[in-house]
Amino acid sequence: MDAYLSLWETYGGQMLSTFWTNMQLTFWAAIAAFALGTLLAVMRISPVPSLRWVGTAYVNIFRNTPLTIILTFGVLVLFGVFQVSLASDFNLNFFRIAIVGLTIYHAAFFCEAIRSGVNTVPLGQAEAARAIGLSFLPAAKIVILPQAFRGSIAPIGNVLIALIKNSTVATAGSVAEISGLMKTMIEFRPDVGILVFLTVAVFFVIVVIPVGLLTTWASKKLAVSR
Amino acid sequence: MSGSVLFDAPGPKARRRITILNIVAALAFIGFLVWVVKVLGDYGQLDAAKWVSFTQSGTWANYILPGLLNTLKAAAIAIATSMVFGFVFGMGRLAHNKVVNVLSSIVVEFFRSVPVLLMMIFFWIFFGRMGIVPSGDAPFVAVVLALTLYNGSVVAELIRSGVHGLPKGQREAGIAIGLTRGQSLRFIEVPQALVAMMPALLGQFVVILKDSALGYIINYNELLFNGRLLGTGNANVFQALLVVAVIFIVINFALTSLAQWVSTRVARRRAKADATEDEDAGDTGLMMPEAPGITGPNK
Repeated sequence: MDAYLSLWETYGGQMLSTFWTNMQLTFWAAIAAFALGTLLAVMRISPVPSLRWVGTAYVNIFRNTPLTIILTFGVLVLFGVFQVSLASDFNLNFFRIAIVGLTIYHAAFFCEAIRSGVNTVPLGQAEAARAIGLSFLPAAKIVILPQAFRGSIAPIGNVLIALIKNSTVATAGSVAEISGLMKTMIEFRPDVGILVFLTVAVFFVIVVIPVGLLTTWASKKLAVSR
Repeated sequence: MSGSVLFDAPGPKARRRITILNIVAALAFIGFLVWVVKVLGDYGQLDAAKWVSFTQSGTWANYILPGLLNTLKAAAIAIATSMVFGFVFGMGRLAHNKVVNVLSSIVVEFFRSVPVLLMMIFFWIFFGRMGIVPSGDAPFVAVVLALTLYNGSVVAELIRSGVHGLPKGQREAGIAIGLTRGQSLRFIEVPQALVAMMPALLGQFVVILKDSALGYIINYNELLFNGRLLGTGNANVFQALLVVAVIFIVINFALTSLAQWVSTRVARRRAKADATEDEDAGDTGLMMPEAPGITGPNK
């Protein structure tokens, strides 16, 4: 126990700051991936064949690629080969490239989450909207999208949880985040390795479980009764 | 078809607009591809020298195929063990025994919320340092164990929700013929739940295969690890990672397509089963007009 406490003294600050890096990765990637995912979802449900094709191709490619490859690609190829620079600072550059990688991967999942929400809306709703004289935009705004949004809360919550956990993979993109620090700590003190792992694991449990409960609650509370 | 919810059948004007938009979008996309090819060319990434190693048999025999084999090995074992784990803890979460139930819930919720990579790194260093497994095997054991704990927990949840989705009559019938709760779960409910959750289960196999690439971070010599080795050796990292990614995409796309196919099959089978059940109900109704309640409530 003393060994564990002394480890906290040495690494406590670093643990909090690297975990904060994970949260920042999650935050920016979530916003960007949600925006890109919405755009992709609109493309996939649009009546324009070429847009549909591009959206479907994007989702099929990136949903089936391991995130580890995408983030490794960021550091070895985007940075290593093409010298992509998103910031003059070395570490900030890797941080931003990792956000791009996380965004590209999770946008495919956000797209599918939003699309599955649209799919929960029965065709009769659109027909009823037309029957009472609403044209395309009002029908989408008043009748269809509000229901689609409610139907997609639960799947979006699942993608968000995956994103929080996947922020650890940024270690493959040379970002100093918590899984890398945990490795250093366990290598340094393997005798308290289990406690170190449990501590870091609890960090994630504390963040992930409330997000899960909140989205489940919201999706039930806002569920459209049919 | 999701498109039909939002959009009416287009008239002549809308059709013209769609055609124009279609061409503009296609041109924009082709323009993007041309730009990508041009950038690749400017950086010399399309030179034959960068690609020639993939026509040599040594590349495949020494790097890619052994890597792929290790990826598939880890994934296959993890699939089998996570099914067992999921079955045990799924039954645990459905058990009436409070202690078993709560313990299973804690285990499942914990491993579902912890990043797989954290578990992998922990098992890798910990097992290696403590000499629990030979240090050469530590990455492999860590990959399989971490994948099992996470995906097994997801499978446990799938089993639980699958069983909850069954009609109540299934369990009642099991108990009525004298089975215990556990027997009714094992022989009647879980097998049916397995059929219903087949598509989700196949989707989870894709997750396992994809997450096995995390082994790269803990030096497990799987496909990505070997691909990187190959790329840094031949100074063609871009090409090597691209080839590795394509292999993953092809396998996963095949699995995803299979999952979709199974999902439509399951849905169709269900629809058919419902239809025949309706007919049966109608028949018994006709034969026993005095007791329509018997066929009623379980619908």
